[in-house]
Amino acid sequence: MCTYNTEMIEINGSGKGASGWFSLTDATVYFDHPVHAMAEHTLNIDFRNPGQGPSARVAVELTAESARALAAAIEAALASVPAALVS
Amino acid sequence: MTEALTAQTIRITGFGGDEIEAYLAIPDDGAAARGSVVVIHHMPGYDWPSKEIVRRFAANGYAALMPNLYFREAPGASPDDAAATARANGGVPDGRLVGDVGGAADYLRALQNSNGKVGVIGYCSGGRQSFLAACSLPLDAAVDCYGACIVYPPPEGMPLKVSPIVDLATDLSCPLLGLFGEDDKYPSPAETAELSKALDEYGKPHEFHTYADAGHAFFSVNRPAYRPEAANDGWQKIWDFYGRYLAS
Repeated sequence: MCTYNTEMIEINGSGKGASGWFSLTDATVYFDHPVHAMAEHTLNIDFRNPGQGPSARVAVELTAESARALAAAIEAALASVPAALVS
Repeated sequence: MTEALTAQTIRITGFGGDEIEAYLAIPDDGAAARGSVVVIHHMPGYDWPSKEIVRRFAANGYAALMPNLYFREAPGASPDDAAATARANGGVPDGRLVGDVGGAADYLRALQNSNGKVGVIGYCSGGRQSFLAACSLPLDAAVDCYGACIVYPPPEGMPLKVSPIVDLATDLSCPLLGLFGEDDKYPSPAETAELSKALDEYGKPHEFHTYADAGHAFFSVNRPAYRPEAANDGWQKIWDFYGRYLAS
């Protein structure tokens, strides 16, 4: 099925796409059909900069298990450094 | 069936007079007159599997044309990048879809060997759009492959800016073939049953088939969702249906 559900957030950072590094302004997160991963549904994240056009995108398609592991790893990495560094 | 065909990317006039990209395939079979099909791509975009579908129609004797519905947002972008942009923007506005399909139908009718008959087919979000086009334009046959949000509203929180359009059924201009999967949730068998009931009430000819052991996107040969039994029978249903309504 197409779930269509989508979370959209503003972000600040950089990503490396097909044409090299670029600034990131938006992330779109959704659980739906992947383009490439061999699963019926995956947790997909599009790191984007719409101001630089549709190709300014870094895409990942993760199984639900992988996505949860990634989310936990991000939180763990942030928690392991002095709070002053990540405030 | 012909093995010789010509396929190419062209420009057509779509909604609002906009020039948009489209993929055209025409059989090189020497037929004096033939029917045509507008192909509406799925939500993942104007990609190579969708272009294979266009060529498949040509191989079976139809002129086929697929407008790139995401061309305005992402001209020249790869299909997956274009689809991501369209998704973030809330999808394709209904009015624009109708204009683009209408432009494609006009192009096909103007072909030298056209018999004047044009059908439409769409997959996934294109299934809903196929129904929408057939309720908004004079067409000769429509196929809806697992299109959701015709009867029920989209799920809570989804950014796609679409609303139910079942009330348009009263304006359906042609017979409708619906091909669905029993395991699909969007559209669910309950939703397609309600659509069938509405079409019965309006006296609109239609035939729906719901396949067991198949879910959404069972025609997608490159995806795990592919169900060859349902897809093979579905293709046969399509050839029978278009043979009845689009043949010379």
